[in-house]
Formats: sequence, C-alpha cells, structure tokens
Amino acid sequence: MYSQGLIGADGSTEETDRFLEAFQARIDAEEKIEPMDPMPEGYRRTLIRQIGQHAHSEVVGMLPEGNWITRAPSLKRKLALLAKVQDEGGHGLYLYSAAETLGITREQMTDELHSGKAKYSSIFNYPTLSWADMGAVGWLVDGAAIMNQIALCRCSYGPYARAMVRVCAEESFHQRQGYEIMLTLCRGTEAQKKMAQDSLNRLWWPSLMMFGPHDGDSAHSEQSMKWKIKRFSNDALREKFIAATVPQAEFLGLTVPDPDLKWDDGLNGGKGGYAHGDIDWDEFWRVVKGDGVMNRERIAMRKAAWDNGAWVREAALAHAAKRCDTLAAE
Amino acid sequence: MGNETPLWEVFIRPRNGLAHKHVGSLHAADEALALSAARDVYTRREEGNSIWVVRSAAIAASDPARAGENFDPAEDKIYRHPTFYEIPDDVGHM
Ligand SMILES: [Fe+2]
Ligand SMILES: [Fe+2]
Repeated sequence: MYSQGLIGADGSTEETDRFLEAFQARIDAEEKIEPMDPMPEGYRRTLIRQIGQHAHSEVVGMLPEGNWITRAPSLKRKLALLAKVQDEGGHGLYLYSAAETLGITREQMTDELHSGKAKYSSIFNYPTLSWADMGAVGWLVDGAAIMNQIALCRCSYGPYARAMVRVCAEESFHQRQGYEIMLTLCRGTEAQKKMAQDSLNRLWWPSLMMFGPHDGDSAHSEQSMKWKIKRFSNDALREKFIAATVPQAEFLGLTVPDPDLKWDDGLNGGKGGYAHGDIDWDEFWRVVKGDGVMNRERIAMRKAAWDNGAWVREAALAHAAKRCDTLAAE
Repeated sequence: MGNETPLWEVFIRPRNGLAHKHVGSLHAADEALALSAARDVYTRREEGNSIWVVRSAAIAASDPARAGENFDPAEDKIYRHPTFYEIPDDVGHM
C-alpha cells in the first residue's frame, strides 16, 4: 500500500458513461491504474476478489508441501522445499498488500478465508500422499501457476502487476526443483518410477482445473479481459500448459492419464495442438464449494495458526504501545 | 481498526551508489519487527544491502485528481529545455 489518505474518497466515484469511457480509454492505451486513481467500483471489487483469492492460494498452498519438509529424503531436498515454502509465504504477503491498496484490510481478508467466504485454488484441497507429490506439485502446480502469473505481469492494475513480476522471478526454481525430483524418481527403481506415475495420475486433472472453468462458463471473464485484469482466457492458458507439459512427461517416460490425449495437426488453424479428454467439472465445483478431500483440514490449520499466534500479535502491539508511551514521557 | 497491526512501506537500496526504492509494504507492530519482516519478505535473493521502513500513515501523497494542474504545466515551459536557445554551430558543443 502506498498511502492510505485517499482510499476512502474513491468510494464516491460517479460512474457516468463518460467516466467509464474515460477509464476504458486509459486501459486501452495500456496505462497502468494506480491505487488512488479513480476507478469503477466493479474494477475495484473484481481485483479485490481476484488478488485476495490469489493471496489465499499462496498461503494455503504452503500446507501440502510444508507437510513434507520433515520427511524430505535428503538435506538438499529439505533445503529446496523449505526455500520454496518460504517463497510461497512471501508471495501471499506481496499479494495481500497489493489487495490492501484497494481498500480492504488484511483482517477482513483473513476472516473471509477462515469463514469460507473467500475461495482459493482448488488444487490445494487434494492431499499430498507421497514424496513424488512434491515433485509433481512443483512441476505441474507451479508450472500451471507460472502460465497464469506470467500473463498477469501485464495486468492493468499497477500493484498487482508489480507483485506478479516479483513472484514470476521466484517461481522458476519451484518448477525446476519439482521436475528434478520427478526425473530422479523416474531414473530410479521400478517402485520409484511407479510412485512418480501414481502422482501424475492423481495430480494431472486437478492441475488442468487450476485454469478455471471453460471461457463460456466463466462469470466475469469478458469484463475482466476488457479491463485487462486478465490478458488471456482460461482455455487459452490451459491449452498452452498442456502443450508445454506433455513433452516433459514423455521425457520422464511417464504416461499422462488421459486416453483421449493425442497430437492433432489440424488444431489451432493448422499449427497443431493436443486434443484431450473432458475435465470433470462436477468434481471441480464440488472441490471449489468446499467438498474436496482436504478443504476442512486446510482451513482448520490456517485458523489454528491464526488463533495460536494471537498472543504474539497482542504482545508485540502492547510492547510497541508501551515504548511509545515511554518515549513520549521522556 | 484499533487492534490492527500497522502498515509499513518498505524501501530497499539494491547496492551502494543507488537510491532506496519502494518495493512494497507489510504489517508489523514496531520498526524493529518491520525491519526484520522486510528482510524476510523482500530480500530473499540479494535484492539489496540496506532497508528503510516508514509507517504508511506517515506518507503524505499528492492527489491524483490534481495531477493535471500539478504536473502538466511543466510540459509547455519549453524555455526550461536547452534546445529552446539558439547557439550557432560554429560555437561548438555546449
Ligand atoms: Fe507462489
Ligand atoms: Fe511456487
């Protein structure tokens, strides 16, 4: 957040056609929108929702991997995983502060996560059952996140775009360390390779779901594209991810768990592309709405971390207030 | 409000010879905690060798609605630019 002074004043924005057209003209001219600039309420609300969800995803995303730190098979893997999980915490913090520039408080966002009002990426409601999942998560989940986040570096809202630039610079190691884990397992024993395959089998479809519903079923998608909050559609990014990832699976000697997956020269206007099977959207919505395997446990862990840290926050504030009083008295 | 942990703006100097630059913000109860959080959040990859933290509430900002009257007039003060003045080529570089 840059300065709080004028945030409240924006609430009174008059959204006449002239105002909306002038705003759209700034967007069309590739001007960045900054925190205190006048903006339509819809733009503000969409960004608060999207950046908030993104921040929550980073923070909840620490859980499925944090859970494996003590069981990493070597010191090298443990260091990498620790650094990765710490990065994800950092990503959450960059994003929370970007959202706060729009006039929502950290406390409100935390409340919304804990109450279930705010969503986060459905992928983190799947369990990480084996060490190979640390490989597949880095490779696939961070890989999918990178596709999304590179596109967001050019988002029209300045603080979000800047946060994304930092995040993208840090993500690349996440994906590479994951792929290296997969590679090591696939070059190992039969049992290790089987573990890698099992992990791909479980995480492939949920990773594709990370891009969100089909363009036609995605509420607000069109307006977000117009305002350049989104620069590419869900389906376009998903196809790009599939095209990048299938050859990587082949290099590992693993089979993508989709019997309908095959290269088709005729796709993309003759450029070719992968034809693939349908995503189970019932499963997607079930998980988003709270009925995935891990939804309850993830939120319970976030709440416990928040509640158990309350005394630390209170003590730090009390100490700061006391020091202020002492200084004032001197 | 009241019970919320205050917000700080973080500035980092990438290396000696450069100015501190705004990199983002964070919440912390006091300046010592703000500095240590800034180190963890914003300098995990040699981003700098010096950190400043400033309470966000202490920053006064110009009003973007008045950006026109504040900054545009500079554009037509062409006499502030060297090219406004005619010096014969014979004088050489100046
Ligand atoms: Fe991340
Ligand atoms: Fe990551």
